[in-house]
Amino acid sequence: MGIHPLKDAFETSRRAFLRTGAATGGGLLLGFSLAGKGAARAAAPAALNTYVRIAPDGWVTIVAKNPEIGQGIKTMLPMLIAEELDADWEKVRIEQALADAALYGRQFAGGSMATPLHWDELRRVGSAGRQMLLTAAAQSWSCPVGECDTTPGVVRHAASGRTLAYGALAQRCATIAPPELATVPLKDPGTYRIIGKSMPNVDGEAIATGRQQFGIDVKVPGMTHAVFVKCPVFGGKVVSANLDEVKAQKGVRDAFVVKGGDALDGLLDGVAILADSWWVANKARDVLKVEWAEGETARQSSAGYAEAAAKLFEGEPQAVLRKDGDAAGAFAKAAKVVEAEYAYPFLAHANMEPQNCTARVEGGKVEVWAPTQNPEEGRGLIVKHLGVKPEDVTIHMVRCGGGFGRRLNNDWMVESAAIAKQAGRPVKLVWTRQDDIQHDFYRPAGFHKLKAAVDGEGRLTALSDHFVTFGQGEGFSRSAAMSPVEWPARAIPNIDYGVSKIPLGVPTGPLRAPGSNALAFVFQCFIDEVAHAAGKDPVAFRLEVMGAPRVLASPAPTPPGGRPPVGYDMGRQAGVLKLAAEKAGWGRKLPRGTGLGCAFYFSHLGYFATVIQATAARDGAFKVDKVWVVGDVGSTIINPINAANQVEGSVIDGLAHAKGQITIENGRTVESNFDDFPLTRMNEAPPIEVHFLKTDNPPTGLGEPALPPVMPALCNALFAATGKRIRKLPIDTADLAWS
Amino acid sequence: MAYTIQVNGQGRTVDVDGEMPLLWVLRDELDLKGTKFGCGAALCGACTVHVDGEPVRACVTPISAVTGKVTTIEAVGATSVGKKVQAAWIAHDVPQCGYCQAGQIMSASALLAATPKPTDADIDEAMSGNLCRCGTYTRIRAAIKQAAGLPVADSRET
Repeated sequence: MGIHPLKDAFETSRRAFLRTGAATGGGLLLGFSLAGKGAARAAAPAALNTYVRIAPDGWVTIVAKNPEIGQGIKTMLPMLIAEELDADWEKVRIEQALADAALYGRQFAGGSMATPLHWDELRRVGSAGRQMLLTAAAQSWSCPVGECDTTPGVVRHAASGRTLAYGALAQRCATIAPPELATVPLKDPGTYRIIGKSMPNVDGEAIATGRQQFGIDVKVPGMTHAVFVKCPVFGGKVVSANLDEVKAQKGVRDAFVVKGGDALDGLLDGVAILADSWWVANKARDVLKVEWAEGETARQSSAGYAEAAAKLFEGEPQAVLRKDGDAAGAFAKAAKVVEAEYAYPFLAHANMEPQNCTARVEGGKVEVWAPTQNPEEGRGLIVKHLGVKPEDVTIHMVRCGGGFGRRLNNDWMVESAAIAKQAGRPVKLVWTRQDDIQHDFYRPAGFHKLKAAVDGEGRLTALSDHFVTFGQGEGFSRSAAMSPVEWPARAIPNIDYGVSKIPLGVPTGPLRAPGSNALAFVFQCFIDEVAHAAGKDPVAFRLEVMGAPRVLASPAPTPPGGRPPVGYDMGRQAGVLKLAAEKAGWGRKLPRGTGLGCAFYFSHLGYFATVIQATAARDGAFKVDKVWVVGDVGSTIINPINAANQVEGSVIDGLAHAKGQITIENGRTVESNFDDFPLTRMNEAPPIEVHFLKTDNPPTGLGEPALPPVMPALCNALFAATGKRIRKLPIDTADLAWS
Repeated sequence: MAYTIQVNGQGRTVDVDGEMPLLWVLRDELDLKGTKFGCGAALCGACTVHVDGEPVRACVTPISAVTGKVTTIEAVGATSVGKKVQAAWIAHDVPQCGYCQAGQIMSASALLAATPKPTDADIDEAMSGNLCRCGTYTRIRAAIKQAAGLPVADSRET
């Protein structure tokens, strides 16, 4: 995902420290920095460095540090603090943090990392606050701290029956030295009052009543509306544009060329049109004529990539990705060899809220209101292209109307800042849906040529894959690499994984469960084919290949003084698959045209298995009847209602991969809106049953890992229903016709 | 030219191009930002408002064609159906990112005003024009049924 925060976070957590200070208006300020630079900043009397404020009236304000994109983090992270603080959730207010890595450590929504990165630390922040409140109460009662306890929002002295509300203690807390985070006590999970209870989205009411502000709703004084027109061919440059004609349009305030650079993930060339209303600015595009220097990418196309892949498949892979044992020997001795080619297309993110950003550039300072998943990357782009210092950029993280990885890139952020600078006035840039679909960082397409060997007892003895992907030289296009541990590597002795690359002029990037969202389709469908060729039940065959419960070690070295990298636990993976099969009634008799399919996948530290029942009509038109999902994300489901929401959403999202594709022709994207890039709609949404298998492991994230098994479970169900194997996405229903 | 329309019970006059869609009149001229822009082509439903109680895609409705009374998400709670729908949305924790939900609620309120006890097929028909990229459909269905006073199938363990 381009973000590998585990190591950094473990490093910085050791440097974590607490500070307190008097809050404006009285009360407790509880600051806690995860950042290495925090020490320097904490010395300054900034009232911003804070996670918790307690007002004299007892209301607790908790800062939500990470961007909210619909994953529920604005509710969930404060729950961790509130639990250990023993706050009354009904008297908690939540405040969105500014983007400030010096105060909060990395703030991003990606990799399903928020839970593993904050589970320990933020509970300790809450606990430290509770310890201070206990100390403050003990001081005012002149009794040992050990005699005091808390109920939500109140410290009590059980022996005497005396109580003091948190609000009454807040002022005194400002004089108490904060305890060491590493040593504060944590609750027995059996006593949790907030963690493990369903807490609805804290912004639910504002959303349902239309009062919630998203990025696109931001308004700043003196603001002008803008559109930005880029070359349809990725990275193309402006040669000339009929700016005078555009400026002559009624209501248009200004139009100018913005010069960009060469990096596809930076500021690119384009024409900005400004008006008092966004619609007027956008309408002026009708008369805009730009001569573009399209560049070399104009010679690329999806058809060309497929031809290149076919040619590469004729030869050996350009590079070895993994070589275990003697796959060639196993193929020579096999009772059966199964061969197949799989392919999947580029995909767009298509957040419901089109990309947008509001920017003000004044006196060398830049202020942006950005629906971003990854503010620091945006700060870097602004620093690079506007020539300002990082500390001169203020980023307000505004609720995102969807993320899915698209908003890890901040191209629209630097565009808005560059336009505002050039215009000399604040600007709100809003992209059209066409801009969004045609200027994305796409989930890369890919091609796989697979081969498996099965012995006389129907056991999988070898597997090889020639993966044709995108990149140049040593490098891969973003999100276009495959891990050498892709299952069944490490589970069986003979593996040959090789890779070849096609140069690509199209920008790619992480889409929800990057890599996994495509590889699960390929490997979990192919293993299904092998199961059938081996004459075995698809669930039983998968369990057989997994083998005994054990952890397949990670190939990555343990960092000095750090934790060993996570391995792949076959026991946990088998656990979810068995339970999903049981819940779905695996093996039951179904009429022809209806079938059950299964798939499992491990990604983002989460173990998932999915069973789908689907029915195909004789013409191949199909319907998903029902979906069963079992996940193992550790010992604790922090917010059960949102956990189920995330899994349901992953299923609906994953099902859209059956029909969506981005096609490149002449270096530009063909699709442009929801008619030719379809998403799942209400009439296609199946009932979804979600179960969590709780195991004695630290809790991990849920934004992504439920998605990868969805598409292979569907394709395997369609095979069971029709006998037709889907090896290429999107699904062409004509391929499923049966009689 | 100047157009006067009834929005949320008030007469509002705007001086704009007659082709300007109602969506942009609401958002940029009247500062009613609850109605959302999603596609500009009536493909996603994020901009759904009521005109005389009927669901209308504001992104393709020119201001010059608006003659009826416009109700937006900001005021739909003043109707008994709208209020029930909003309450059910909150109770079922429907929103994830929340961006499409104003449009969903407007479509659902119009459905229930016309069809107080909708079947699953009625819900499919009324709601399939509203995309939700986060995939909140199972809860949207449940919330509509709750607002209608119909039994809600709930397979959740929690």
